[in-house]
Parts: sequence; structure tokens; C-alpha cells
Amino acid sequence: MKAIVIGASSGLGLELAKQLAANKCHVACIARREDRLNELRTQFPEQIRTYKHDVKNYAEVETLFPKICKELDGLDLVIYCAGYMAPVTPNEFSTTKDLEMIDVNLKGAIAWLNEAAIRFQGTRSGTIIAIGSVAGDRGRQAQPAYNTSKAAIATYAESLRNRLSSSGVKVITVKPGPMDTEMTHGLGLSNMMSAKSAANKILGLIGKNGEFYLSPVHKAIFYIIKRIPSPVFRKLKI
Amino acid sequence: MYEFDRQRITKLSGFGMTQSSDAYLYRPTSEDQIRELLSLARQQGRKVTLRGSARSYGDAPNGSESLCIDICRMNRVIDWNPDSGLITCESGATIETLWRTGIEDGWWPPIVSGTMAPTLAGALGMNIHGKNNFKAGPLGNHVTSLDVMWADGRVETLEPSNPLFFAVISGAGLLGVILRVTIKMSKISTGNLRVLAVSPRDWDQQFELFEKYEGDADYMVSWVDCFGRGDQSGRGQFHAGWYLQSDEADYRSLLIDSQDLPDSIMGLVPKSVVWRFLKPLNNRFGMRFLNAAKHHAGAILGNHKTVTQSLVAFSFLLDYVPNWRNAYLPGGFIQYQSFVPKESAKHVFAAQIQLQQEYRLESFLGVMKRHKQDRFLLTNSVDGYSLALDFKVTTGNKNRLISLCHKMNDLVLSHGGRFYLAKDSTLRKQDLEQYLGPALNEFKALKQELDPECLFVTDQARRIGLI
Repeated sequence: MKAIVIGASSGLGLELAKQLAANKCHVACIARREDRLNELRTQFPEQIRTYKHDVKNYAEVETLFPKICKELDGLDLVIYCAGYMAPVTPNEFSTTKDLEMIDVNLKGAIAWLNEAAIRFQGTRSGTIIAIGSVAGDRGRQAQPAYNTSKAAIATYAESLRNRLSSSGVKVITVKPGPMDTEMTHGLGLSNMMSAKSAANKILGLIGKNGEFYLSPVHKAIFYIIKRIPSPVFRKLKI
Repeated sequence: MYEFDRQRITKLSGFGMTQSSDAYLYRPTSEDQIRELLSLARQQGRKVTLRGSARSYGDAPNGSESLCIDICRMNRVIDWNPDSGLITCESGATIETLWRTGIEDGWWPPIVSGTMAPTLAGALGMNIHGKNNFKAGPLGNHVTSLDVMWADGRVETLEPSNPLFFAVISGAGLLGVILRVTIKMSKISTGNLRVLAVSPRDWDQQFELFEKYEGDADYMVSWVDCFGRGDQSGRGQFHAGWYLQSDEADYRSLLIDSQDLPDSIMGLVPKSVVWRFLKPLNNRFGMRFLNAAKHHAGAILGNHKTVTQSLVAFSFLLDYVPNWRNAYLPGGFIQYQSFVPKESAKHVFAAQIQLQQEYRLESFLGVMKRHKQDRFLLTNSVDGYSLALDFKVTTGNKNRLISLCHKMNDLVLSHGGRFYLAKDSTLRKQDLEQYLGPALNEFKALKQELDPECLFVTDQARRIGLI
């Protein structure tokens, strides 16, 4: 199998890349931080290729994507993992921070996954995995733009799924809960799922098509949370 | 003006649907466009794969991540001379173009494959043969000239006096783009064949029949039931065909209308749905039954009978049931054809069948033919026989099937046999080296000289070490 993982230098993306490589998959790892990419490549020199790229550099994707496919000699799987959550205080409305999150979490995803869609529509095969979040299920008080970006990515992925299903392409939206990664350090959360275990669950979804939570507990909780009426929801501190 | 277009990415596979890879598909209509595509590939740092109707069974028509030039739209007849029988076509013209153009003037393609779909470019790249190979040789023997575009865009006309002629034909689309071809057709006076059917009970009888008729038949082919065991091994049904001659041209039988295959069975069942009925039978038990039924029916009802059959009906058996290959879905199938010198063919074929039975992977269809040698560089030819075998591929049997084929390769090679690249899915680099010997080095030297950047590639060439 040949895969591209965007946002592979830390957290979930790093784990996904490692697990794919450990399963003899050829992986192209995309990230900004070159030192981390190099470290990853030394761990799996046979399986991993690395490409330094800032997902905000959308214009680069159109040429970079086919180049990567050529160097991988094919493509079966694309995972968009790049994600950014800016620290936002309860009364802060920072356009800079908010747009940064939209750029990385949403616009970068659209740039990469559109390329994946073009390719897989032509080859009538392939799997796209978009990492959404339970954070996208409701507009909560703490993170307006982060929530928006994750809701948008889920909607975008649903549209891709509906567009591409007749071409035999699988589009999987994953909605992880809080995970123990750099993004969540300092948030004071406990009982988080490890990135390793999340990556393992995500790779287990390959072959399926649709939207998935990573644990039955999340699925049940968010089934309820999504149905809480807005006037009630705004009074709850969740 | 061609540009690199990401939307052209397409999954391409061979006829057996077992191997596939993705390439950017371009379907040019002129020589200039082909030249443009060669420079586009160079500019993009990509390779070029040449593709026709993709009737090669394995990975020969594929080229991962390359710009694929599909020649099918360049299919015009440039010149047809009904007096001399010389036809000049663009190379995307097919075997079908040849017979449809010639037949009403009393000319038939000198060589036809089991399907009329191959383009001339593909047919010459693989140097196809037919059921008359023992007499007429491969298609390349009947080409009087061909125009080739080399990797640098230069066009050269090759005739049989030029050694390159014998390398480009049989060269698997790796030396240059065949643009135009002139072929000498065969004169016929009727559109029919006299066909004799005999049911041999074992290998001895099979070979006796071929030996008996090779002196005067125009066509010979035999179907082999690969489920036949022990003293029944080699049982099947042999057909010999003779052009039906008449003193005056039989105008009626030469009409395209009298040749065209019917599109339904007995006017009732549309043939387009037949593969759906074949599919449930397409397994070991169904095929054991069908093969046995065919053998016994032939032996009881049709043994030593002679019938008149149209050229199209006799020749293009693979076009008889449209989309029959779908009966092999989802895994597809491979064809395995080996060519063995006449002295050891009986032994090798019998051993191949026994191996299949030991593996419980019997071929669902076995077809035997008689061959003679030719002088093309990457030739498959021997003075002997070939046995072509169809194997269904499933996720469960794939590895065992490959191991079976490798064992059969060893057997063939140890008896001086050869292989045919259009039907190859399982050759290893060492197999190719062994049967081609010095010809392989000669080919590689030519490749280096004519295409120093190695612009033309195929997945097969990479796999078996042709480049």
C-alpha cells in the first residue's frame, strides 16, 4: 500500500505514519518541521519518504501531489492530519489566531483532499481519511474557530464521500475525542486516548466508508450532546 | 497543444484484470501529437507507456505513473489495394479493420489472433500469432514496411532488410512508437473454412493429430481438458481448418454480413448477458463438469465430423461471448502460455497438467497449437507446440498459483522452451535471461542506443528486466 500522511511530524499523524510504515506500507510524510521528518525517515528508511511543506502554502499542492505519487509509484491512501488549536482565553476574539486555525485545519485539507479526489476519481479506487473531531459536533464556548474548522472538515468530507462513492472511492471521517498529543498538553485533560491507540483504530477503519468515532462511549455521549437544545446547551459549561 | 493534466490519471490493467497501475492517459490522433507527448513526458520527468487495445493479459499494457499513449484513435486505413492485397493503416487500426477492409475483395488477414480487437501497433509489439503459426509464422512475417517514431521524435521507415525491423516487431513497445504499417493480406476465394473436428483421448492422440495434418491444414488448434487424469490426460478436441476454395470468388460468403457474429444465441438470448450465466459455473467444479461434458459430447457426437464454418466464426472465438472475462471477476485471471520444442512438448505438457492437479489449480481452459521458428529478436517461437492455460485468480489462491507457474516455468526452461510476453504475468528476471540468452543483451544494447533516457517503459518490462 502507498500512502500520504499530511501533518506527520507529531501527534496522531506521526503515529499513523509509523504504524503504516511498520505494516510495510510506503508512506510519504508531509510536515513543516524538517528535523522531525528526518528523524522519522531514519527510523524507517525503506518505507518512509519525507516532504517539507507548510499546508498554508496551498498553491504548492497542485504540483507537489503528483510528484509524490510518482515517487511513491502509486497511491492508495491519503490522510489529512495537520491540525492546529490556538490557545484562546474565554473572552478572547483573535482573528489572527482563528484564521490560522481555519488555514491549517480546513483550507489545507481542502487543497490536499481535492488533489486526492481528482486522482482517486480517475483511478476509481483509493481511500481518503479526514481527521475531524468531536469538537466539531457543537459550537462550544471555548473554541469557536477550532470547532468551526472541525465541523467544516466533516461536512466537506461528507460531500467528498457523496461525490466519490460512485467511483468506488472511500472517504472516512474520523472524529477522535481528546487525545494525548502536543495539541492537548496544558489543557489539563485526563483519561485521554493515546495517539498510538487512536492511530491503530483509525487504520482499522480502512475499507469502510462513513463517519466514525473512536470509542463507543464517545459515540453515545455525542449522540446525546448533539441533541441538546441550543437554549439548554448554552447554559452548560461543556 | 497537450499539457500535463492531473485529471487524466486512470487505472489501467491488462486483459486478465489481475495487475493494474495508474497512469496519465492520452489518446492522440496524429504523429505530431505523439511527438508533443514525448517532449511533455521529458519535461515532466515522466516515462511513456505505449498502449493499444490492451489485449495482453498481464502488465504489458500498463506503466505506473507514466504518460500512457493509447494509439486506438489513430485507426485510419491510409491505402488499400484490392489487386495486390497490400494494406497500409495507421497503427491503431485493428485486426478487425483488416478483415473488414479486405474480405469483400477476397483478402483475409494473414494472421489473426483469437480476438479481432488488437491494434496493429500492439499486435506487432507482441508479434502475435494465430492458429496457422506452423505455416504462416507470426504477423511480423507479413509486414512489408512500418514507420516508427523513436524516442527523440525522429520517424524512420523500416523494411525487412533492416535488422531494426526484427527488434521493433516483438519489442514489446519499448523501442519506439509504431505509427503506420503495411501488411500483405492473404488471398481467399470464399469466406469459409472446411473444419474437421476430432476428439483425442490422450496426449499421444493429440500429438498424432497435429503431426498428421501439419503438412496440409491451413489452421490447427486443439482444446485440452486439464481435468483429465492419468491415461485420460491430454484428452480434448482437435480442429483442423482448410480455406474452402472455389474456382470463382464466392461473393455471398465474402460479404461482411455473412461473416458477422450473431448478437444472440438462437435469436433469443442476447450474448451480452451470457457471461452472467457463466460466472456461477466459473469454479473448479463447474469447469470440471463443462470440460468433461465438452469432451464427451465431442467424442460421441462430433468425432471425425467435418463442417463448414465462416472465417470469422472459426477465428475469433474470444469475441463469441462479449465480456466473457467478467466471469472471472472479482479476481480476474492470468493466461500462461509456454512454447516447447516438439521433441519434449508431450512430456512437458503432461507434467504441467499433473502439477496443476497436484496443486488443485487446474486451468479452466487449455489450448494447444503448433508453431515454427521465426527470427524476431524477442521471439517466443520454437519448432514445437504451445499450451495456453487460463487460471482464475482469487485472493486465496494467488500465492499458490504463482508458485505453480514458477514450477511450470522451470520445467519449460529445462527443455529449451520459451514464453510469449503478451500472455505473461509470472515470468521472473532469470527466466527471461535463460530463454532469451544473448538476444536479451542485444535488445538492451538497442534500447540504450535508440532510447538512451529509457523513455519507453512498461510495468512488465520493469518486472522481467527487459529494461
